[in-house]
Amino acid sequence: MFARKSSPLFRALRLARPSTLRYRSYASASGTPPPAEGFMPSVATSAFMNNTADQVFRNPELKAFASSSTKKMNLFQAVNEAMDVALATDDKAVVFGEDVGFGGVFRCTMGLQEKYGASRVFNTPLTEQGLVGFGIGMAAVGHTAIAEIQFADYVFPAFDQIVNEAAKYRYRSGNQFDCGGLTIRMPCMAVGHGGHYHSQSPEAYFAHTPGIKVVVPRSPIQAKGLLLAAIRDPNPVIVMEPKILYRAAVEQVPEGDYTLPLGKAEVLKQGKDVTVVGWGSQLYVLETAIAMLEKEIPGISVELIDLRSVLPWDVETIEKSVNKTGRLVIAHEAPVTSGFGAEIAATIQERCFLRLEAPVQRVAGWDIPFPLIFEKFYVPSAIRCVKGIKKALNY
Amino acid sequence: MFAAAIRSASPLARLARPAAGLVRTPTLAAASSLQRMLQRQVSGTSAAQAVSAVTPPTPEGRVLFPGATGSHYTEKMSFNRDPKAMSTYRVLDLEGNVIDPAQEPDLPKEVLLKMYKSMLTLNAMDLILYEAQRQGRISFYMTSYGEEATHMGSAAALKNDDVVYGQYREAGVLMYRGFTIEQFMNQCYSNAMDFGKGRQMPVHYGSRELNFQTISSPLGTQLPQAAGSAYALKLSGKDACVICYFGEGAASEGDFHAALNIASTTESPCLFFCRNNGYAISTPVKDQYRGDGIASRGQGYGMDTIRVDGNDALAVYNAVKEARRRAISESRPVLIEALTYRVGHHSTSDDSSAYRPKTEVSDWIKQDSPIARFRKYLEKKGHWTADEEAAFKKSVRSQILKEFAAAEKIPKPSLDHMFTDVLAGEQPWNLKEQEAEMRALVKEFPQHYDTKDYQK
Repeated sequence: MFARKSSPLFRALRLARPSTLRYRSYASASGTPPPAEGFMPSVATSAFMNNTADQVFRNPELKAFASSSTKKMNLFQAVNEAMDVALATDDKAVVFGEDVGFGGVFRCTMGLQEKYGASRVFNTPLTEQGLVGFGIGMAAVGHTAIAEIQFADYVFPAFDQIVNEAAKYRYRSGNQFDCGGLTIRMPCMAVGHGGHYHSQSPEAYFAHTPGIKVVVPRSPIQAKGLLLAAIRDPNPVIVMEPKILYRAAVEQVPEGDYTLPLGKAEVLKQGKDVTVVGWGSQLYVLETAIAMLEKEIPGISVELIDLRSVLPWDVETIEKSVNKTGRLVIAHEAPVTSGFGAEIAATIQERCFLRLEAPVQRVAGWDIPFPLIFEKFYVPSAIRCVKGIKKALNY
Repeated sequence: MFAAAIRSASPLARLARPAAGLVRTPTLAAASSLQRMLQRQVSGTSAAQAVSAVTPPTPEGRVLFPGATGSHYTEKMSFNRDPKAMSTYRVLDLEGNVIDPAQEPDLPKEVLLKMYKSMLTLNAMDLILYEAQRQGRISFYMTSYGEEATHMGSAAALKNDDVVYGQYREAGVLMYRGFTIEQFMNQCYSNAMDFGKGRQMPVHYGSRELNFQTISSPLGTQLPQAAGSAYALKLSGKDACVICYFGEGAASEGDFHAALNIASTTESPCLFFCRNNGYAISTPVKDQYRGDGIASRGQGYGMDTIRVDGNDALAVYNAVKEARRRAISESRPVLIEALTYRVGHHSTSDDSSAYRPKTEVSDWIKQDSPIARFRKYLEKKGHWTADEEAAFKKSVRSQILKEFAAAEKIPKPSLDHMFTDVLAGEQPWNLKEQEAEMRALVKEFPQHYDTKDYQK
């Protein structure tokens, strides 16, 4: 049915290819969609990836787990491990969502159904509002519900269940009831060829909702620790996993059970001239941008912060940093208008007004739907981040 | 809570329920205006309707409640489950023989050949574009293998004025309506000739000229929209209906249920066409629904419903033709469940061998292919020969390859199209500023923002 490499069809297609395009590589071809793994080549070489156990346990948040061994894994494997630990340590935990049974379209639930049985790891019918409401109901009677939305772009049928139900469950009942056992995972952010509906970053919609937490991990270690923390947190938590990192991000990850704190940002790189804040895969773009800037302006010192939790967000860490540097740049993929950068900018100008040397800069997606063929012109690229940081420095 | 209290206060209040959306959960402050509104409605036209609606129908034994006026009282307690499965309508057997001659549609040879040639063309296009994605030349693709008869059988029964809402696996319907190979290729290549201006992933076709609304990836969202379009067609007195395609997976979305219900209550001429192909990505129907398939839902919403052999192009044709007649002349929605089998992977992002044995697919192809079935029918009628088959396949393949190569050479859409169409009318300040900033960046950093593949 499908053409093999030796088939006449394969050859015919080769012949039909214009000669100028024959040797074009994905990375350099502007119009050609790159394969997922090649879209963000800087992730593989990032200094933020921990390649040895020593490196891993130098992190003060992980010191307590230093007796664990580590294992090399990518982000989807780390997510899988977190759910494995949750299912093993909590017999009321269940994992469900569309296509979850066979391992999920991003392989995050692979092997879990075989290990824990189809009553604890299962496919749901194709209904986001249904499966989120189902999760709320399980959590409301004391279970631990770990729900998967196949893409963050498809969470919106469940918006009512999340915003009007999950987020208000505790408050409206006078704390008689809650659905804190609910965690909703969803892949988010750009991937190089996702177009309108496989690229979005809807964190700001949920950040406008008192009563839930929102987390965006940047790496396998972070994904495992933050997801486990989210699952065990007594509140409903949305975990947005940058899908480009599922395979591209690989590092040594502590085995077994550990958590990382929700609501805490992390300073990835100390600096004194300007504070740069990002989350998810945008951090690797920022890492590249900072490297470009350091080459251009020798001696420049940039502080990079991973926000990690969008709600509640760690104002203290950012405020402290901005009071040191006097400058703030925020970068995110979601459209700039009412993006979460707006909230950070407003709060920081309230708290650090006299200390600010320049207006807070936001480098973000434009105010248009995520456009397939114009993606590289849409995203807050390293070039745009460099420009934004320079604008803050030269004001 | 408050709204519920008002509603149950009296039958009149219940019938004079405010329109959805006006007052969903009124606050106490809104109570007086709600009461005023109710009074207005009761004293207005709705009062007359209310009187007739609360008057119970007379036949003996019928329940008095307005919720199910066709129901009779019984003193036997019984729970209903597993009603008899709805039959599956077919015209052709697996060998392409007409089973009951009375059911053979009276279609001229040229229509039958158009249906068949479209199937072959769709099949050939799928083969080439699937492979093109594998070579990295387009970013994504979805084939229609195994579902060709649902496309051509339904498309042949529609008129050009009928409005089509697809899910994403209905390329054949669009092809039958006249979308050219060139137009398909341009969309999949996101080039400057794509009607969608390169903004959406491949297979998200749309054509205003052909009354085919642009595909959107989220599942099921098109269903209530289809009901609305159908109601609008009815209001404007058009001799046309809407057909809305979706899979059995999408039928689990809330939008499906909302759509059937609202189409039913508004008596909208909408054909809901379910392609039940057995899988929603990896999810088999046993995890998708219980009960008698999707067809049983239609009865629940009070709709005319038919289940049809989706691999039998003639049965699909007959069903859609009659459904269309009912929808328009009787002002009612119709649900059609076409049973078929997804032979291909869900998409190029999917490898179905991870969740179904390869032999399941190969056995299925051997057992029943909609194209082979239709070909046998045509051959038996003397409309088609093996030689014609070979010649057509060869020519259509070379035509597709030609258009494919041509589309690849067409540049990507101009950057002029990046900030347009967000809103109609004058661009607001933020978009103006952002577009200017983007253009300045492209000018300043040509090595980073390479535009050579984009139309100037």
